[in-house]
Amino acid sequence: MTTSTPDSRRRIYTRPQTLVDRSTHFCPGCGHGIIHRVVAEQLDEMHLTPRTVGVASVGCSVFLYDYLAVDVVESPHGRAPAVATGVRRVRPDAFVFTYQGDGDLAAIGTAEIVHAAARGEQISVIFVNNGIYGMTGGQLAPTTPLGERTSSSPTGRDARQAGYPIPITEMLALLPGVAYAARGSIADPAWIGKTKAMLKRAFEAQLAGEGFSIVEILSTCPVGWGLTPVESMEHVARDVVQTYPLGVLKDRPQARTANAPEG
Amino acid sequence: MTGSPELLAAPTPLAQPIHPVLMKGNEAMAEAAIQAGCDAYFGYPITPQAEILEWMARRMPELGRTFVQAESELGAINMALGAASTGARVLVSSSGPGISLMAEAMSYMAGSELPMVLINVMRGGPGLGSIGPAQSDYFQATKGHGHGDYRVPVLAPASIAEAMALVADAFELAERYRTPVMILADGVIGQMMEPVDPTYRTPPRRSADWALTGADDRPPRAVRSLQLQPEALEAHGRRLQAKFATIAECEVRWAGEQLEDAEIVIVAYGTSARVARTAIERAREDGLRVGLFRPITLWPFPSAALSAVAADRRAILVVEMSSGQMLEDVRLAIDGGFPIFFHGRTGGMVPTPGDVVEAARQAWAATGPDDEPDPLSLIELGERSSVVTR
Repeated sequence: MTTSTPDSRRRIYTRPQTLVDRSTHFCPGCGHGIIHRVVAEQLDEMHLTPRTVGVASVGCSVFLYDYLAVDVVESPHGRAPAVATGVRRVRPDAFVFTYQGDGDLAAIGTAEIVHAAARGEQISVIFVNNGIYGMTGGQLAPTTPLGERTSSSPTGRDARQAGYPIPITEMLALLPGVAYAARGSIADPAWIGKTKAMLKRAFEAQLAGEGFSIVEILSTCPVGWGLTPVESMEHVARDVVQTYPLGVLKDRPQARTANAPEG
Repeated sequence: MTGSPELLAAPTPLAQPIHPVLMKGNEAMAEAAIQAGCDAYFGYPITPQAEILEWMARRMPELGRTFVQAESELGAINMALGAASTGARVLVSSSGPGISLMAEAMSYMAGSELPMVLINVMRGGPGLGSIGPAQSDYFQATKGHGHGDYRVPVLAPASIAEAMALVADAFELAERYRTPVMILADGVIGQMMEPVDPTYRTPPRRSADWALTGADDRPPRAVRSLQLQPEALEAHGRRLQAKFATIAECEVRWAGEQLEDAEIVIVAYGTSARVARTAIERAREDGLRVGLFRPITLWPFPSAALSAVAADRRAILVVEMSSGQMLEDVRLAIDGGFPIFFHGRTGGMVPTPGDVVEAARQAWAATGPDDEPDPLSLIELGERSSVVTR
């Protein structure tokens, strides 16, 4: 048995360099904190921060520029994939990601996400799905599972009135321009690790010019859901995954993209 | 007189080309943007500006520059927003219905101070309207587009040569003031062909210490318009307003023709000014002394110059391809000083020189020494109406 002295202690869990050391505006138990952290870790591990331009969307996610030490442009609601397209096309050396919520990506921004994917834009999309409009007070989102109560579906989502939750990542995976599509979760440590690996693969796809990549991350909104943080995690792990199964939906390095590098 | 007196002496559009090439307005503007150093173009098909998109589709890839046909005008202008945030020189073009969709991002770009040039080739409205030429989007261009408290410079060409020059000027203005700039053309300017000297200008690049190039050996940057703290947003708004005041002070442009002895001053821009120019020649043959005041910047509107020019004249006649939009700015500039008459055609109809001569004649008659104008009366001009305002 070896003994360790204080001098030999090694700190194995530190704040990623790209994660700014400050308090956040997020509610207690919000999933954004975890996701920001894994994104920052991944950017650090791949040494991407100096060449990164992030695209912040509208919603709780907008303050990306306060928490990640990368260049960030703020997009109008839903338009982040178009903004990212503009950045990436004129800066082919940049690493470009969007960070979008489910209202932003799967409702108001459906045209932009579908066509960025269809063009095979060399961007990575981090899609945070908590099934609710958190910033505006917890309204029904396109991704809200059937039966879930929100401030604008007070008796629970009824398909006859509000239609069905939209599995948009599966839809995007059908497109030839998409190199990588996966769905992870922050509901437990194991899935946080797997989600980070998904981010890594998505980022690699962009760097290799393989095409569009997206990682959907099931997240929580304890305040919007009316649950405690722990109950929220359990809800994701037990219930939300029934509507949104976890796993890699597509991983095809040679996507047919419109703007892949020559050669 | 304030404004640009040199233009009064030598109006740009009257200069004859020395080595003329026949060019279509839309294509000439597109090529002028390319020669001005445009790095990226994003567009969506809409009549009457589709030739800009088509020209760029061919030329930009040839030059190794960026061209994307977007999924919508929303997509196009947000691509422009992204590209502009990195410091690229960016062009977008559209027409009324598409400009309405672009209004959202115009507001964001004004708020986050991103340079961009937007060519708006006006067609008839409202709604789907028509694809014929019109000037019905003056309000949209000069008073609004998107939400919030902001202004955007608007340049109105009256010839293809001038349109080409203004495209280069627009990039320079956009980058000098970090603002979107709109070229407000109409379907006639976009679609007609005209002999021009293919002379181009490439404005010098300015250092962009705000551009998103990656936080490499410097602190991260954010291009943003969100300021949740009221004090912060008010301070940001004040800074923007100070910038707009500087633009209004320094960037006013207008041109005058045959103003020296004019008793009736026609105020018109773009295609209407061309019609007015012909009408003025005819009116003068009949002994009617008419001149032209042609705003080139619609915002900032040349109010002080117009006010000065108008002093001691008999009347002002505003001619537009709208129901009277610039008319409101003319009234503000004149501030009740003396009679203002209006002649407008809409829906894709273009005023004829004969109609304008007749309107000038009636303005003359209504303001004679023995004939006090009735501020509220209507003068019938054939099937059209002109409103006598005051």
